[in-house]
Amino acid sequence: MNLSVSSAPHIRSSENTRRLMLTVLIALVPTLIAGIIVFGFRALLIVVISMAASIATELVCGLVTGKKASVTDGSAAVTGLLLALTLPASVPYWMPAVGGVFAIVVAKCLCGGLGQNVFNPALAARAFLMLFWPTTLVRYAAPGALGFANNVDIVATSTPLQSMARGGLPEGQTLMDMFLGNTGGCIGEVSALALLIGAAILLATRTINWRIPVAYVGTVAALALFFARGDDPIMWMLYSVLGGGLLIGAIFMATDYSSSPTTSLGQLVFGIGCGALTVLFRYKGFYPEGVTYAILIMNAFAWALDRYLPPRSFGVAKGGPAQ
Amino acid sequence: MKHLFSGGVHPDGHKELSRGTAVVTVPAPETVIIPLIQHIGSACKPLVAAGDRVLMGQVIGDGDAKSSPVHATVSGTVTAIEERAVPSGGSAPCVIIKNDFKDEAVEMKGVADWESLDAKAVAELVRAAGVVGMGGAAFPTNSKIASTAGKTKDVLINACECEPYITSDDTIMCTATADVIGGARLLAKVLGAEKSIIAIEDNKPEAIEALRAEAGDDPLIEVRVLPTRYPQGAKKQLILAVTGHEVAPGARSGALFNVTTTANVYRAVTRGQPLLEKIVTVTGEGAVEPKNVLVRIGTSFADAVKAAGGIKEETVEVVAGGPMMGKSVESLDVPVVKGTNAILCLTKLADSSAEGPCIRCGKCASVCPMYLQPLYMYRYAKENMRGELKRLNLDDCMECGCCSFVCPAKLPLTETFVLAKHMLKGGK
Repeated sequence: MNLSVSSAPHIRSSENTRRLMLTVLIALVPTLIAGIIVFGFRALLIVVISMAASIATELVCGLVTGKKASVTDGSAAVTGLLLALTLPASVPYWMPAVGGVFAIVVAKCLCGGLGQNVFNPALAARAFLMLFWPTTLVRYAAPGALGFANNVDIVATSTPLQSMARGGLPEGQTLMDMFLGNTGGCIGEVSALALLIGAAILLATRTINWRIPVAYVGTVAALALFFARGDDPIMWMLYSVLGGGLLIGAIFMATDYSSSPTTSLGQLVFGIGCGALTVLFRYKGFYPEGVTYAILIMNAFAWALDRYLPPRSFGVAKGGPAQ
Repeated sequence: MKHLFSGGVHPDGHKELSRGTAVVTVPAPETVIIPLIQHIGSACKPLVAAGDRVLMGQVIGDGDAKSSPVHATVSGTVTAIEERAVPSGGSAPCVIIKNDFKDEAVEMKGVADWESLDAKAVAELVRAAGVVGMGGAAFPTNSKIASTAGKTKDVLINACECEPYITSDDTIMCTATADVIGGARLLAKVLGAEKSIIAIEDNKPEAIEALRAEAGDDPLIEVRVLPTRYPQGAKKQLILAVTGHEVAPGARSGALFNVTTTANVYRAVTRGQPLLEKIVTVTGEGAVEPKNVLVRIGTSFADAVKAAGGIKEETVEVVAGGPMMGKSVESLDVPVVKGTNAILCLTKLADSSAEGPCIRCGKCASVCPMYLQPLYMYRYAKENMRGELKRLNLDDCMECGCCSFVCPAKLPLTETFVLAKHMLKGGK
């Protein structure tokens, strides 16, 4: 009998990278369905194009770099889906394709591939598209108006955040509209309900922990309350939390493994930083939306936060010497 | 009053494979192989030579104060003193004895009235019996008794047996309950402690009941039931779980004894019984009839496994110890030693084929019971960055295997840290 000799441990959990990515995809399904219901099948088409472009690009990158297996881990599919969800359903069909290629080649592959990227690939691609086609990306279809229509100008609408940037609460949009997704916006940002279902899935499966999303949303809520505009600070806070890309950003983007810290304290500071920058950009920035750039800037701090906010040493009291 | 330790994992227990089956005595083999070092410390010098006749229980190797004597576990003739493969890996000098099947034993003299003994006398009896820690480290128990006497509030008895598959401690508690409780009482008294706390995980209800029944309302004994989680039986984690205190780096962990060690202390002191045999769990999907066997030290794994119906054709790996920290053996010729608590026959190798890149999910850090950051340690170990490894407290790693267990990329984290620790120590 030939016996193998291997190092301990001799058993492994059933968790693997592909399964984690699959869990993220599943957690995004409610949001995708909400996007299709709100904006029509054009939204689905945008998603399919973005995912196909990302996966195909990953395949090519894998062949070039010799990391053949990289396409099967599912991470490119996640990037493609996330990118599409940050776009309005009205963008031209080539745009998600260009974004997908940029996300995989520049933001991911050139950084060294999965686990090495400094910036969230989907958000980096969105920032890239904003650089060249800003007007296309802030022109939103009204809920239910789009179907397969390509001429978005006749159905364009203001998003809640665009209204709020002008200093008041959006008219004609109730909190319930905001919660369910009956507003203008990007495919994946409108339905808070769908995003929260996704968050529940990610938390229940321990794919992510609560720290980054709670610190992020909590900071935005606190600052919105403190710097409220209009007569009702509570309403301003609720609209600020439900409006724009905050929830999809806090739940799915800021928690990206590669580009966020892993230590408990690092994650809290990261979330608070994302929240503070988001509010700053929303109030002072050119665009009414601030999530994309807030997360991208905090991405740059991820490794530093891990290094300078490490867990405390076992048996060493907090801040004190060994006893 | 709930003290828990941080991190840890919940691997499938598989304890039902071997639990509750009758203990089978493995017949004494033709020859026994007794390694001259079966403990942490310095090796024993052989006290016999080839051709000598030895009696069962006779001391055949002993050394300085940092060693623990080894005994002949059968009567017979020494045929050789030579290097043989041992279950801890590599080889060690061993005394080979040909069994004459007469089991002629040296006279054993214990002190039934142990309450009259002081710690020094108990330590001497324990050393004479060759008792070492059965929880894994095999530290000479007499040294621990000597160093903790009069300095401890409570004695901790480690009955967690947190490694999956193993049920040998469980079996001792159910079948030799009086020795366990007797040992716990003895240690509490002799070390001048208030009481002995027997810490046991809640996946051993029969043992808990047996211990409680045996202890009665003795104020010297507390049976503390803890929620099952690996690696609760690691000393720093157990102390944290029971007392709420973290042992500082480099500090001694105090009066903590494995439960089987405790029973052996009692046998050594009251009956003068040296450590000649032990209960070993033969288990795993590759064992035909998983069970606990009573086996003489020095019996080959092959003979011990035979008593459990042998091993199945599809067995691919045999591990001395549990699946999380045990060492795989190259052949079944290695002998059962004092520290062997299980022979685990696996039909499946751990999944390391799908090794992908680290995706920075941070699961390794969240399960690390020592609050380390395996993801960075792995990165820096690969690059031999000594300064970074020291900054990350690599030396705190106790190789429990939790990080490797959860890693979705199936990276060889623990394995890398074992090597990196050697590198740091060796100065290369």
